[in-house]
Amino acid sequence: MCRSHPDRPAARRAQTTVWLPSPYFRYALATLAIVVPTLAQAAQISDLAETSWTEQAIEFFSLEQPIVRTAIVGTVLIGFCCGILGSFLVVRKLALLGDTLSHAVLPGVALGFLWNASKDPWAIFIGATAAGVLGVALVGWIKQTTHLKEDSAMGMVLAGFYGLGICMTTMIQNMAMGNKSGLDKFFFGQAAALSSGDIQLLGIISLVTILLVLLFYKEFLAISFDSGFAQTIGMPARALHYGLMALLTFAVVVSLQAVGVVLVSALLITPAAAAFLLTDRMHWMLVLAAAFGMLSGVLGAFISYLSNNLPTGPLIVLGATLIFVLALVFGPRHGLLSKILRRRRQRKRIALENTLKSVFHLCENSQFTRKVFEASELALERNSNLPAIESEIRNLVKSQLAERVAGTNGARLSGQAQFQLTPQGWIRACEIVRNHRLWELYLTNAADYESDHVHDDAEEIEHLLGSDLVRRLEERLQNPIHDPHGRLIPTREQITA
Amino acid sequence: METPNEMRAAKSPPPLEVHDLTVAYTKRPVLYGIDLEVPKGSIVGVVGPNGAGKSTLIKAIMGLLPVASGWTKVFGQPFNQAVTRVGYVPQRESVDWDFPVNAMDVVLMGRYGRLGPFKRPSKADKEIATACLEKVKMLPYANRQISNLSGGQQQRVFLARALAQESDLYLMDEPFVGVDATTEAAIIEILRELQAQGKTLIVVHHDLTTAPEYFDRILLLNMRVVAFGKTEDVFTFENLQQAYGGRLSILSEVALERARKRAEGDTPENVGQ
Repeated sequence: MCRSHPDRPAARRAQTTVWLPSPYFRYALATLAIVVPTLAQAAQISDLAETSWTEQAIEFFSLEQPIVRTAIVGTVLIGFCCGILGSFLVVRKLALLGDTLSHAVLPGVALGFLWNASKDPWAIFIGATAAGVLGVALVGWIKQTTHLKEDSAMGMVLAGFYGLGICMTTMIQNMAMGNKSGLDKFFFGQAAALSSGDIQLLGIISLVTILLVLLFYKEFLAISFDSGFAQTIGMPARALHYGLMALLTFAVVVSLQAVGVVLVSALLITPAAAAFLLTDRMHWMLVLAAAFGMLSGVLGAFISYLSNNLPTGPLIVLGATLIFVLALVFGPRHGLLSKILRRRRQRKRIALENTLKSVFHLCENSQFTRKVFEASELALERNSNLPAIESEIRNLVKSQLAERVAGTNGARLSGQAQFQLTPQGWIRACEIVRNHRLWELYLTNAADYESDHVHDDAEEIEHLLGSDLVRRLEERLQNPIHDPHGRLIPTREQITA
Repeated sequence: METPNEMRAAKSPPPLEVHDLTVAYTKRPVLYGIDLEVPKGSIVGVVGPNGAGKSTLIKAIMGLLPVASGWTKVFGQPFNQAVTRVGYVPQRESVDWDFPVNAMDVVLMGRYGRLGPFKRPSKADKEIATACLEKVKMLPYANRQISNLSGGQQQRVFLARALAQESDLYLMDEPFVGVDATTEAAIIEILRELQAQGKTLIVVHHDLTTAPEYFDRILLLNMRVVAFGKTEDVFTFENLQQAYGGRLSILSEVALERARKRAEGDTPENVGQ
């Protein structure tokens, strides 16, 4: 994809143009300023910057300055629209379509500007929408007439339109009326460049979006999940699809100035992707994505205000990315952190169960005549070293599955203190041995395994069998008494008694 | 093809009537001149080799694919005027199961066809959806996100959604693919129950060994109707050999060639994107 990356020397050169005395030089270099981050265009909102950070924050959030108000209202509305519509893109695996759309609108922006040589919001809106629709239609056409796949078609259309757009806007900048056109804002986005006309347009699009999504939620949900089914129950799936695409185009077009052509697609996808990680229900995803979009908008506008001359678009997108990373790490269900915790809890449980099982074996070896055990005995049984075993026993005691036998508290020598399982510990120990032996029996009887092959598998399965599966195993094996090695399987009564 | 006499006697139009249906679609084999009249209360297995056009037939009946010629009628009406009378179980692979909905949401979608625009599912709709989940023994999983369900459970959710449509004619595309034996038995039991209620079922099926046991009528399909009628009449060695034995190879070659030509001329629309 053809994205001009910020190129430091060029940026610096562009920056110097502001102070260059000769207008001739300014002309020559202004073209560069279009495709590099427009660091040169110090944010207008921050021209009013105060000195201290907190004062600036108070200044910003008091919303007293009209230009701050415009920037905030603008970015919040953009975040809202993009979050909601982007959710539909994400769940339908059409993320690249947002990218295509946002790049494809650029030639339309240039044409809209040429219409009456000014940044008339409506002319630019119409031009950009037309170009976006044309781009998406072209993708569909290429997909249907050739055997190229959709992603290739999108990649080509995206780059082709973007290239054309860059050439056209550069030419406009070179023209006499172009140097003050502000078209450069369309590349990387500057919330302060939003005019009241832009805000009006944004308001209308946001209103239309929320109304349509509320009114047709059921329809949009149905065509997004199962378009064929939606059509068979009489929904106009195709019209709804194009309606959604039209809304999306509108949202992209009105977001351009604040976020920039290159990054609008990120604002469509990132908040929605973060929301997708946090919820399993579509309506919550929409709510969360809208909230994340708005939050990123405010964050971006605020940091842009604080930082004097950083463009808003990248900051908004960075805000959204931050939210995504937080969701990725801290998400309660699919988050990395909770996965790690879950895995650790699981490992701990398995370790406990293995210790319990060894205690059971110890007692079984004595025909259950002796129910107390010492760490040293257990170490022998488990073929492990004493410190490891002592820590295992401590864990058992902590989980109230075992207790120190009264009267042996005086035993100083390591490994000589005596322990016994609590009733709760016995239940768990019997359960786990029962699972193990049932599974061994199942493998040898029902799955025709050799009896000396089944132990290792059972070592793993014993921890995974739920009560439902155990019941089914019992039924299948008709409540067996002995395992394949001839040992007794602890009975259900033993477990509950 | 053969119309049973008892059908003629009945005054109401048949649940499904297909007349000279031809479907041509780019890179796939197509259907040619399909004629079909399915009597009420029958449970029809659509059987045929891969690429015989079984799914295509189902989709063409419901208007999901453009039809080159011929027509289909549902209870004597064009499909789009009888949508609420037709329930549909698509292939399980046709949707993305990571979609953020739970089993209940999916089943509720079965009610959407009766709701009309702007209306949300009512309490009564939710009760019906609950009952349908119960019927396929999926009620305990109602609040599960659908990707956390097994293949068989997902298929049962799809069946529950179709049940929630409360239709008179059901079109099911491979409902037994990738399901365990228990689910298969549960599904067939529900299909029999539907049949007993006088509903008509058309089920795409790929397993020849169970087909005669499950269906009282068989449609042997291989781009054309090889045979259609009562299972005991249709399920003969000669018919099966004709459907599966490659005797139609010349026809399929010509059909492919024609489909290619057509594709160069006009483009088929991609439905369900």
